[in-house]
Amino acid sequence: MNFRRLWAMFLARNHEFFRDKAAFGWNFLFPFLLVGGFAIVFGSDRYNEYKIGVFPVTGSAVEIEQLVLPDRFKKQRSFEFIPFASDQEAFDKLKHHKIDFLVKDNSATNEYWVSGTSQKGYIVEQLFNAALTKPEDVVLGNKRDIQGFEIRYIDWLFPGILAMNMMFSALYGVGYFVVRYRKNGVLKRLKATPLTAFEYLGSQMLSRNFLIMFTIIIVWVGCDLLFSFQMAGSYLMLFFLFFIGSLNLTALGLVLASRGISEEFTSGIINFISWPMMFLSEVWFSLEGAPQWVKIVAEAFPLTHLLTAIRAVMNDGAGIADISYQLVFLLSMTIGFLIIGSVAFSWNK
Amino acid sequence: MSALLEVRNLVKNYKKVKAVQGVSFSVQQGKCFGLLGPNGAGKTTTIEVIENVFPPTSGEILYKGAPRSATFHEEVGIQFQQTSLLQFLTVRETLQTFKSMYKRTADIESLAELCYLHDFLDQMNDKISGGQKQRFLLALALVNEPELLFLDEPSTGLDPQARRNLWDIVNRIKGEGKTIILTTHYMEEAQYLCDEVAIMDNGKIVVQGSPVELIKQHGGDVTVILPKSSFSNLKEMDNLNHRIIEDRIEILTDNTNRCLESLLSRNINLSDIIIQSQNLESVFLNLTGKKLRE
Repeated sequence: MNFRRLWAMFLARNHEFFRDKAAFGWNFLFPFLLVGGFAIVFGSDRYNEYKIGVFPVTGSAVEIEQLVLPDRFKKQRSFEFIPFASDQEAFDKLKHHKIDFLVKDNSATNEYWVSGTSQKGYIVEQLFNAALTKPEDVVLGNKRDIQGFEIRYIDWLFPGILAMNMMFSALYGVGYFVVRYRKNGVLKRLKATPLTAFEYLGSQMLSRNFLIMFTIIIVWVGCDLLFSFQMAGSYLMLFFLFFIGSLNLTALGLVLASRGISEEFTSGIINFISWPMMFLSEVWFSLEGAPQWVKIVAEAFPLTHLLTAIRAVMNDGAGIADISYQLVFLLSMTIGFLIIGSVAFSWNK
Repeated sequence: MSALLEVRNLVKNYKKVKAVQGVSFSVQQGKCFGLLGPNGAGKTTTIEVIENVFPPTSGEILYKGAPRSATFHEEVGIQFQQTSLLQFLTVRETLQTFKSMYKRTADIESLAELCYLHDFLDQMNDKISGGQKQRFLLALALVNEPELLFLDEPSTGLDPQARRNLWDIVNRIKGEGKTIILTTHYMEEAQYLCDEVAIMDNGKIVVQGSPVELIKQHGGDVTVILPKSSFSNLKEMDNLNHRIIEDRIEILTDNTNRCLESLLSRNINLSDIIIQSQNLESVFLNLTGKKLRE
């Protein structure tokens, strides 16, 4: 192991990253755009989860007060009323799930239409029928407040977006890149020097970790200024977790990079791994209530454990003892990936 | 003089392809050894196995009298036939990066002077011309002051001027006493640069020796070419071994003096004469029945 060689390759890789203006810019811009977009969509009062078609209504907007519908239905939060002049036009939209529910204005028999395959339609249907209940028959539940500060969706979502960005950066930045270098002969040229596989792979891994951490810190600070995230735990612990996660995912990238010369195939494999990981690791939504087998699959993904630990630190102020299981899991997996990646590595086509 | 490198009965197979079939040769210290042959002859595979880029199927490779050790790559310089380099680095930075790989290193300014890199030393390594790239790759192969230098078709794709420049640099490197192994399919390159040549075809060495010896032994006849119009009567050619090709007459002779005397005695106009001497191309043609660049 020669540190001079490792350092030279580390610097060369960093130069490539920082000088590739398009890729460099995108690495920063992407999380900002995503978080900004979500903040606008979910943070605004205008965001409406359910789209209710009403007919016959002329004009481009619905005057809710003018509608002859149950009051409690009209005043529901998260409803957006969309006007239709005729029922035929509205039926077509309902059939194609462009709207969740269709109701006839001023109908003596409270006529409505809903798609049997629409979950959202089902919920609106229940609310509509509940709104038809006479006020004297309504029994309200006993609302209680939870203690502590309120966790906004953006506080829950942001670590997921950062981790997802980190995952793509690690897998493509190492996996795809090394395969491309194998294909075009750069690895062959490096093999003709005293550089060892361990030094080369180590430099790629460290470089990518450095770049990921650099990006995460900049994006975190930038987004925090915009959205003022709630932070219950320690920043040191948070960034330590990101570092461990980055190590783990770059090591997984090394496994993907160990063989092959087809960028298309590698890209396919990266998608095959990253897409289920993105959807089942609670980046976007919680898996509470999901089928047991989905939860078991999710447990196998490093991103699941990373996000569980990060959210525990950020939202609940967890310390190292609270997240020790996730840490041990991530570190063990990292060691496993490193062993597989280095044993399987080939310089040549 | 001792052999710096010795190759014994080298075989390299890729699945069903027998790329190299029992190649043996030795390279003396300070000499330039050329592997000459057409594309697909097995030249590149042979030197890439010697360079330790690929393992041999069988055979023995001795460097300084012993199997290649872990320090082999410290002592050799390699220029591949086609090389891509680390992206977004200047020529100077690329040299610096590769320099960091070795214990013994050359000074970048001296390398730039030797290989004429000064004009583009601070340009991005993918923004230079073909000739500049070949000189840069040569400098890259010299960055560790190697004892043994491998050059795989160093001038392929270059224009004649750029090729001449490259040959001058290689000659200067030879002058420094370095040992060179070079592959080429240009006979002029082999004749100009190499002290010893092995001609390869179909994964085997067909013949081996100095260019002068090979031409002498296997070069065949000299061809004397004259336009048909130089002859008033073609019967004047009766006693000469000749063939008529379109509007020219080619006379094959093993004694140029006697042939010219004979033509002069017949009062043939020699103003448009072309004398095609033997070269390594004719050696290859005579030994394999094929042209080098078929």
